[in-house]
Amino acid sequence: MSKRTVEFNVGRNPEMGIDGSVVDSPILPFDIPEPDLDTENMLINIGPQHPATHGVLRLVCELDGETVKRVIPHIGYLHSSFEKLGEYRTWNQVVPLTDRMDYLAPLIYNCAYVMTVEKLMGIEVTERCKVVRVICMEMDRIFSHLLWLGTTAIDVGAFTPFLYAFQERERIYQLHEAFTGARITTSATRVGGMMADLPEGWTDGLQDFLDTFPDTLEEIDRLLTRNQIHIGRSQGIGAISAEDAINSGFTGANLRACGVDYDVRKDQPYYDYETYDFEIPVGQHGDCYDRYLCRMEEMRQSVSLLRQALERLPGGPIDVEDPNISLPSKTDCMSDMESMIHHFKLITDGIPAPEGDCYMPIEGSKGELGMYIVAEEGGTKPVRWRIRPPSLVNLSVLPKLAEEHLVSDLIMINASLDIVLGEIDR
Amino acid sequence: MLDETKTGLDTVEGGPQLSGKSTDSSGGKMDDPDGHPSVIALLSQFGDAVSGHRVFAGTQHVVWIDSACNLEILRWLREQQDHQYDMISDITAVDYGAGRPIEVVYQLFSTVYKRALRVRCKLPLDGLEIDSIVELWSAANWLEREVYDLFGVTFRKHPDLRRILMPHDYEEGHPLRKDFPLRGRFSRAEQTRRALDQSVEHSYIAEEMDLGRDPQQATPIIGTKDGDE
Repeated sequence: MSKRTVEFNVGRNPEMGIDGSVVDSPILPFDIPEPDLDTENMLINIGPQHPATHGVLRLVCELDGETVKRVIPHIGYLHSSFEKLGEYRTWNQVVPLTDRMDYLAPLIYNCAYVMTVEKLMGIEVTERCKVVRVICMEMDRIFSHLLWLGTTAIDVGAFTPFLYAFQERERIYQLHEAFTGARITTSATRVGGMMADLPEGWTDGLQDFLDTFPDTLEEIDRLLTRNQIHIGRSQGIGAISAEDAINSGFTGANLRACGVDYDVRKDQPYYDYETYDFEIPVGQHGDCYDRYLCRMEEMRQSVSLLRQALERLPGGPIDVEDPNISLPSKTDCMSDMESMIHHFKLITDGIPAPEGDCYMPIEGSKGELGMYIVAEEGGTKPVRWRIRPPSLVNLSVLPKLAEEHLVSDLIMINASLDIVLGEIDR
Repeated sequence: MLDETKTGLDTVEGGPQLSGKSTDSSGGKMDDPDGHPSVIALLSQFGDAVSGHRVFAGTQHVVWIDSACNLEILRWLREQQDHQYDMISDITAVDYGAGRPIEVVYQLFSTVYKRALRVRCKLPLDGLEIDSIVELWSAANWLEREVYDLFGVTFRKHPDLRRILMPHDYEEGHPLRKDFPLRGRFSRAEQTRRALDQSVEHSYIAEEMDLGRDPQQATPIIGTKDGDE
């Protein structure tokens, strides 16, 4: 990543030189020999409620002074057993469970789930639906990255980016609300289409967001990218090699920061992502700073993707025209006998699935989000519904990353992984 | 399917209803392995250990292997030059209920060849044990812990096999099994009673208690129930 070359000692303590000019004196750590004291390691419990843990995460740390010797993460405080609940619900009834997992990018989860069901059933959605879902997913990628950006900046002491980021998030909240009626619990997708088509004037609202958001992003960029405190807190912190990252299951921006260009949108494309023009940002060092740079660039790429998607948004129906999959319109349902029967059958029985299983990965905001569904012949409920949680696998690397770092770095590493506990615990 | 005399909550307690139409998803069937080089290679290399192969959802290749040689086959898939499945996307399990075997599912992906393969192992209910693959992929650590927690499958030689989503001293069983009732085995009153009964030490595992123990004293030096530091 070319932006890496940043001078570390940018005039923190300007002093007068011999000839009267201003000289930058670097801040260097004091070289004091460590006193040989008889010490023992400490056990410190962080969480499960501390804001810096980004959710209800609990970290039990073994410390030698301020150096982290070992971290044992404890999760499960938000466990709601969504996977078990899903086994008692028909295919469409599962959708509201999906957005409660990752409340930072609900539409991505809505889309990922129905895409898997459609893949298993062999349903091909309409062109308009594909583009609308791409818009939903890219919009929520920005939505999720903005929260990560704001909260991570706060963790290293920068308060202003948080305000800027949340102001922009609010505009996406409003777009969510205009489209789905809810700010977080969107439940916008249905098998074979969407809950509803985009409302009139919605694309103008999104266009308006796309026109001004890049400016705000550049402002945040100016506040953080060359900020000495931010650089000092993130460069060289929590670094991992590309090989280790793949082996330990890193995906998403965390993996790409290590220099691996794995992106599901490019490697296992869905919804014609191969026809969009976008780049995958890749880092070199695999540390917190590169993860930051990758996510910043991903937001810019998402803006470009959204512009392209708006340009190509075709007309036509949004739901597939199969009465066994999509609900008829309310008018038809009330006036046409056949439509009413289809409506009744769809609501009471659900959509029958073929026998088999299906794993579908998509590029979520946190990493590779996979949905795995097992169905029986003619089953209207999943036998097993499994979410491959990107945050869980990313978090499992935390003990390795945080070893031999300071406690304050542990907070930064945890923030840089971009986890959401709702999805880790499910 | 449903007994008509049952009311809503009865079906909730009774677990998911099976359609009863299919009994075994693999059934020793062999679909055409063409189109997936790894499946062809697996069949020629480990012919006896591969008990089934199906293609689902158009392009998704699933291979059933003998659970006794999962480590050997997965290692081969990971290290062979022609396959190089360097990424384990997911490890999970499926319980079909009605006494059928629980299946452990490995979802592999090769970042070199951009190929995916799903490997499944059947484990009979009276022998829920399989070799851990943490030595191949460290990502397997938490994923296997989750399968252990929710299905009760024991992974041999796993470095840290304890519950992950449920509390470490959870006593009601394995929630994702089909015979586990949706609302848990204990009544709400019993669950509340147990929760209130716990002391602070309950939230620490044995390993952590050892760390917090003052070598001079027998008692751990963490806050007690009365709230003193």
